[in-house]
Amino acid sequence: MKATGAALAALAALGLAAAAGAETAPDAVQITDGTLAAPLTAEPGDAARGRQLFAGRKQGNCLACHANSDLADEPFHGEVGPPLDGAADRWSEAELRAIVVNSKEVFGDQTIMPAFYRVSGFNRPLGDFAGKPILTAQQVEDVVAYLRTLKE
Amino acid sequence: MTPIKTAIALFAGTGLVAGLAVAGPGPDEDQLVIEGETLITEVAAPEDHPLDTIYSGWRFRSDETQALEIDDFENPAMVAVEYGLDLWDTAAGSSEKSCADCHGDVDSLAGLRANMPKWNEAAGQPWSLEHWINWSITEHQGAEPWKWESEEMLAMTALIGLQSRGMPMTVETEGPMADWIARGKELYYTRVGQLDMACNQCHEDNWGQMIRADHLSQGMINGFPTYRFKWSGLGSLHRRFSGCMKNIRAKPYKRGSDEFVALEAYLAARGAGLSIETPAVRN
Ligand code: HEC
Ligand code: HEC
Repeated sequence: MKATGAALAALAALGLAAAAGAETAPDAVQITDGTLAAPLTAEPGDAARGRQLFAGRKQGNCLACHANSDLADEPFHGEVGPPLDGAADRWSEAELRAIVVNSKEVFGDQTIMPAFYRVSGFNRPLGDFAGKPILTAQQVEDVVAYLRTLKE
Repeated sequence: MTPIKTAIALFAGTGLVAGLAVAGPGPDEDQLVIEGETLITEVAAPEDHPLDTIYSGWRFRSDETQALEIDDFENPAMVAVEYGLDLWDTAAGSSEKSCADCHGDVDSLAGLRANMPKWNEAAGQPWSLEHWINWSITEHQGAEPWKWESEEMLAMTALIGLQSRGMPMTVETEGPMADWIARGKELYYTRVGQLDMACNQCHEDNWGQMIRADHLSQGMINGFPTYRFKWSGLGSLHRRFSGCMKNIRAKPYKRGSDEFVALEAYLAARGAGLSIETPAVRN
C-alpha cells in the first residue's frame, strides 16, 4: 500500500501519472497554499457524474450541507455550509480540488466539512471505511468538474 | 471485526418519514403540555456552558411529530410502558419476588431518572438506569439480567423514566462525578470516524440548521428511552449515541461502556434544568 503510494507520488512528480493512466494515492497528494493543480486521474472529470455524486446520499452527499440551485429538483438542501451557487466564480479549479480532497488544508482544522480524499489520521474509523477515502480519485475529479459548472 | 454494510449513508440523511412536514430552522415557539402539565423545553444554560439557552429536541420536531408526544393516548411508546408495568408486577428469579414486592408502587421511583447516571459507591463509578435495573434483577431477584436493548429493558426504563416526567434533569456534578463528566466532555469534543466530526460540530455549532432532511437539535438526552419512527420503536440513549457515531462512520463504543456512561454524564450536566420527557417521540 505505502510503497504503491510512494511510487505514484514519484510518478506524479515526474508528470507521468497521466501518461501511465495511474492515479494519485490519497497519501501522496500535496496541497500547497490551498491549491491542488494536478488532477488525481488521467481521465478528465465528468460533470454529469459529479452532479449525481453531489446529491447522492451514500457518496458525496454534498447536498446534506450545501444548498445548490442547480439541484432545485432534489428536496432538502442542507444549511450547514454556504450555498454553492457561483462556487466556480469564487474559486479556481485548483482550489476546488483542494477543498474536496481535504477541506482542512483550505479552511483550517476546525471545519466540519469532511476530507473526501484522505485515508490517514482518523480516529476510530468504522469497519470497512478504515483506510479508504470517502470518494475515489475519479469521483473527486467528477465532483470538481461539476463544481466548475456552478457559475452565476 | 464485525462486517459493516458499506451502504451506510453519510449522516442519517434518511430520517424523514414520508408525509411529515419538516420544521424550519431554529427551535419553534411551541409549548410542551402533557396531561395538563407544562414541561420545560427551554431554559437558561447552567454556568460555564457553551450555549446561552438550552432546548429540548422536541422543539425542533415537526408539528405532527410533536403532537404524538403531547397526548399519552397517541404516544406510540405507551404500549411499552404498559408492558413495563406487567414486568414490574411479575415475580421472577430464585427470590420469586417482583419489583413491586420490594418497591411497592412504581411511583416510589419518581425522581430517579432525573439523577441518572448516578454514582455507585460499591462499583466506584456512575451507573446508567439500565445498570441499576440489572443489578436489582441479579442481586435482589436472583434472575438473569436483561440485554441493554431488549424489549424488557426498554419497557422498564420507559416506565421508570415516566415517573420523573416533568422533573428537571439534575445529575450530580460534584465529587467523583466530576472526573466522569470531564471525560465525557472530552469525548464530546473529539473528532471521530471517516467523516472526522465531533458531537459539538453538529449539536453546538450547527443546531437549528438543516442537515439534508434532518433538523439539528442540541442533542439533549432528556427524552430517552425515546420512540423513533426510524426505529419503529423505543431505543436507548446509548443506541442514539451509537447511531450518531455510525452516521459519521465512526466505530461506536459499546452500550453500557464507560465511554458512553461518561458521555451520558456530561450530557446530563449539559442539559441540566430541562424536563425529563421519557418516553419522548422523535423522527
Ligand atoms: C458536514 C458539512 C459539509 C459537507 C458534507 C460538505 N461541505 Fe463543503 N463546506 C462546509 C462548510 C461549513 C464550508 C465553509 C467553510 C467553513 O466554514 O469551514 C464549506 C465550504 C465549501 C466550499 C467553498 C464554498 C464557498 O463558496 O465559499 C466548497 C466549494 C465546498 N464546500 C464543496 C463541497 C463539496 C463538493 C462537497 C461534497 C463532495 C461538500 N462541500 C460537502 C460543509 C460541508
Ligand atoms: C453529522 C452530524 C451529527 C453528529 C456529528 C452527531 N450527531 Fe447527534 N444527531 C444528529 C441528527 C441529525 C440528529 C437527529 C435530529 C436531532 O435531534 O438533532 C441527532 C440526534 C441526537 C440526539 C437525540 C436528541 C433528541 O432530542 O432526541 C442525541 C442525544 C445526540 N444526537 C447525541 C450526539 C452525540 C453524543 C454525538 C457525538 C458522539 C453526536 N450526537 C454527533 C446529527 C449528528
